[in-house]
Amino acid sequence: MFWTSYFLAVLAIVLAWPVPILLSRAQWPARSPFTAMLLWQAIALAGGLSMIGAMLVYGLEPIGDNLLAGLRGLAGMVLFNAPTTALGFWHLFALSAAALLTAHLVFTLLLTYYRIERQRRRHRELLALLASPSNDGPGTVVINHDSPVAYCLPGGARSVTVLSDGLMAALEPAELRAVLIHENAHLSQRHHLLLWAFAAWRQALPWLPTTRLAQEAVSSLIEMLADDVALKTESKATLIKAIAIVASGPSGVAGSRAVFDGGQLPLVADGLAADGLADGVSGASGGAGSARTTASRVSRLLSPKEPLSASLRALVLAGCLLLLAVPTALLIVPGLLG
Amino acid sequence: MASLGELERAVMDLLWAGQEAATANTLRDLLALSTQAQGDTAGHEGKDLAVTTVLTVLSRLEKKGLVERERGTRPHRYQAVSSRADHTAELMHEVLGSAPDREAVLARFIGSVTESEAETLRKLLGHS
Repeated sequence: MFWTSYFLAVLAIVLAWPVPILLSRAQWPARSPFTAMLLWQAIALAGGLSMIGAMLVYGLEPIGDNLLAGLRGLAGMVLFNAPTTALGFWHLFALSAAALLTAHLVFTLLLTYYRIERQRRRHRELLALLASPSNDGPGTVVINHDSPVAYCLPGGARSVTVLSDGLMAALEPAELRAVLIHENAHLSQRHHLLLWAFAAWRQALPWLPTTRLAQEAVSSLIEMLADDVALKTESKATLIKAIAIVASGPSGVAGSRAVFDGGQLPLVADGLAADGLADGVSGASGGAGSARTTASRVSRLLSPKEPLSASLRALVLAGCLLLLAVPTALLIVPGLLG
Repeated sequence: MASLGELERAVMDLLWAGQEAATANTLRDLLALSTQAQGDTAGHEGKDLAVTTVLTVLSRLEKKGLVERERGTRPHRYQAVSSRADHTAELMHEVLGSAPDREAVLARFIGSVTESEAETLRKLLGHS
């Protein structure tokens, strides 16, 4: 019981600091974004579980040999006014902290959901009045704006993908298709649920390095996942052109279009170009997570690397399972055996 | 009968196009005209449009903060709170701006790009 709480506390600290920092610096997530995404989720869940579990186990130590017995003892105190003399100050403190943290996490999750939904509803209302349906399929609308903009607004059956006039003018049909497939991949793979959970996680514990690193990593990984879906039907050159034209913004549209129309894509498999972009990335440090996302997406497309081997992926998956299983088992199994 | 959503859109289009505030009666007549103008294939739906329906649509739009009415006059005269361009700008500000929840609210094809990164991309495009 005593050692369980120490072990969980150590696990919580490791998952809160060194592990996310190492993972955020690692190169392999760009090679197997899906596996990396699972690992981030496992780290966040296991981190939260061990944090709360450590405090709970420590606080319940005097009144039960294991978590279940302890909880039963605690219920007796709360519900039937059993004597609380067994619990010292620090035990009560830990129990209160565990309860507060749990409530805080759940409450922030719900609050974030409510805020996001309200913004989406308002946005959808305005779109219904301002945007006109597009020929590019159901759930796609066009809005009258000069900047090249494409985004999707998730909302179950009412999900909508929005393209701007500026985008339609700047992109060739194939590039437009790549953009649409990319956005639809976000919707069909339910990326908004991941973004919601990690946004809430960051909002709840903003001082914890994990939450910021995890959110930045997740928003970058979902872009790579959506790019990979687009690559199944459209060529790499098409996707890179689409990204570059949209990213270089309204001022660059005319110029970049001219460059592309003048000849074939000069930059694919051009190591120097990729290096140049990497320089740009390091120069842009301190920017928002999404800024580095675009650069890492392009350099990933320019100089593709093999995905992780099956055995390495299996190893990471096993690691994810262990991360979730160990704290859960430590909390529950002694109670079941006892 | 057109759905309420379609009617809201048609009413906003009229209010945005018109220079001054309009009464529900005027709007109903304009809506009937535009339905007729769409040709015989559209049928005679426009004729059946009741003023009460237009008032319902207007009050829904008012609740959404898109339409305001002049209180002094009878019948009430309605006008758009801000122009179509202003509302588009508001939407795009939400999309392109850096509101804290933006990334969770909607997923953009390209996130915000820093100036140095845009520069590098432009250079990349320029290298032939």
